[in-house]
Amino acid sequence: MQDEITTLRRILAAARTIAVVGLSAEWHRPSHFAAKYMQAKGYRVIPVNPRYDTILGERCVARVEDITEPVDIVDVFRRTEDVEPIADGAIRIGAKCLWQQIGVKNLKADAKARAAGLDSVMDRCVKIEHARLFGGLHWVGVNTRVLSARRPLVSPGTTVL
Amino acid sequence: MADRVFQPETLAIHAGQIPDSATGARALPIYQTTSFVFDSAEHAASLFNLATFGNVYSRLSNPTVAALEERVAALECGRAAVASASGMAAEAMALMTMLQAGDHVVAAGALYGGTVTMLAVNLRKFGVETTFVDATRPDAFAAAMRPHTRAVFAESLGNPSLTVLDVAAVADVAHAHDVPLVIDNTVPSPFLCNPIALGADIVVHSATKYLGGHGSTLAGIVVESGKFPWDNGKFPGMTEPSPGYHGVKFYETFGDFGFTMRCRMETLRVYGAALAPMSAWQILQGVETLPLRMERHCSNALAVAQHLRAHPAVSWVNYPGLEDHPQHALMKRQMKGASGLLAFGVKGGLQRGIAFIESAQFMSHLVNIGDTRTLISHPASTTHRQLDDAQQLAAGVKPDMIRISVGLEHIDDILWDIDQSLAKASA
Repeated sequence: MQDEITTLRRILAAARTIAVVGLSAEWHRPSHFAAKYMQAKGYRVIPVNPRYDTILGERCVARVEDITEPVDIVDVFRRTEDVEPIADGAIRIGAKCLWQQIGVKNLKADAKARAAGLDSVMDRCVKIEHARLFGGLHWVGVNTRVLSARRPLVSPGTTVL
Repeated sequence: MADRVFQPETLAIHAGQIPDSATGARALPIYQTTSFVFDSAEHAASLFNLATFGNVYSRLSNPTVAALEERVAALECGRAAVASASGMAAEAMALMTMLQAGDHVVAAGALYGGTVTMLAVNLRKFGVETTFVDATRPDAFAAAMRPHTRAVFAESLGNPSLTVLDVAAVADVAHAHDVPLVIDNTVPSPFLCNPIALGADIVVHSATKYLGGHGSTLAGIVVESGKFPWDNGKFPGMTEPSPGYHGVKFYETFGDFGFTMRCRMETLRVYGAALAPMSAWQILQGVETLPLRMERHCSNALAVAQHLRAHPAVSWVNYPGLEDHPQHALMKRQMKGASGLLAFGVKGGLQRGIAFIESAQFMSHLVNIGDTRTLISHPASTTHRQLDDAQQLAAGVKPDMIRISVGLEHIDDILWDIDQSLAKASA
């Protein structure tokens, strides 16, 4: 599991496409909040949810393995015990990072992903970490733990807010 | 490489403020604006839905105020913070966010007078009952807990009783009943004491005092630890859809800073005690030197306490930094120093004490604390005047008590002014 500021910043700065496993179509669910935020920051979101055709304007796929385009982050909003096959899928499609959301901590999936050369993050929210490291979370008084004498970095393709 | 854990002296200068993204300004700009433009209708909707983070209106958030919020959150080892127009506003926001009619609070008796009044009179009007207990006895907190108790409230170092709270023991009491411990950490400041590291869940400050340190500006702040399990069944306002903010579930959506978001979006937004950007900037000028100032406040106060105790005109001295203070060992265990506040009595009683106050040359007779200047006051007739005799004694206010907030003047000059005032008072 990786959670250093430099690593998280590298993962988020390099990524373009995020497959969101368990993305809900309901606007007030955390997965929807997070995916909508990442979309607004310029990332392409691929919903992985067999129960819907489209979410957030993007066509859903049933499983990670069904994705045919390059994926950078596989972001998991599922129960801890369900993550291992998702990790297998992430490895199979050549994703760069397995990202387990807050409360999701499957250690076997973490080990598998790292053994296959993927970055692996656990128990972290992709939206909150993006907002922490690229500005945003600071505006609501959160302790970002970022100390720097340089102007804030922004993720590629987004404007400074 | 693991992230560096920075020391308080570094956090006091840097946390929460990186160079301005637009201009590269190194010092903190004062964003003196009520409002912030939206990029589009979609961006506006996204901000109001809290789906993205950003500034809308300075009653909710402001970049200058945010720097203060993040810096104090960092100094307090907390997850997040929300600032307010005064320390009283911070206490009110913290309690109004977590309490509702029918709830009960267990509070230390030894509290700032305004806090006692808020709990005993103002919140009582809205159906919140408070039981006051002896702050030196964790078992008294435990005995006062009821099924509807939803918060435990105390000062880490009582003003002006100078009782030291055993924060870890009282946190255990609160947590055994699944309720948060709220600590007013104004008198030690985060440099001398970190209640969150000892188990507290919420910390409030009058930033007017040591955090600002210059006596020029009012401000308050609420800090959240990020560790309290708000989904334990006792705080439906944290877990159910918010009727005050179009159905957002604050704990589910924001997790370990959900309380701060609710405090900001439900309480601050509606009651409106927002901190002005200029005030936040002035407080932050003080915070940068907090560690240096607190060290001097502590050493000056200890010297004053030792001097007073040896003085023939003085009947008693109360300072937790003195080795014979009943809680000196506890103070040493959970604080880096005993802060700059002490209390004493002049032989001959109240009239001599008042003569002492009125004889001072540069020590100022006023009711603030935590200033660069040495401040003196008589709590029974000022800060605690609204309390009856029994409440005053419970708050640790003796009729002849003189409170000194020892400043940063040269210690020899402070002792000189004390001596010449005592000489006049005793003549």
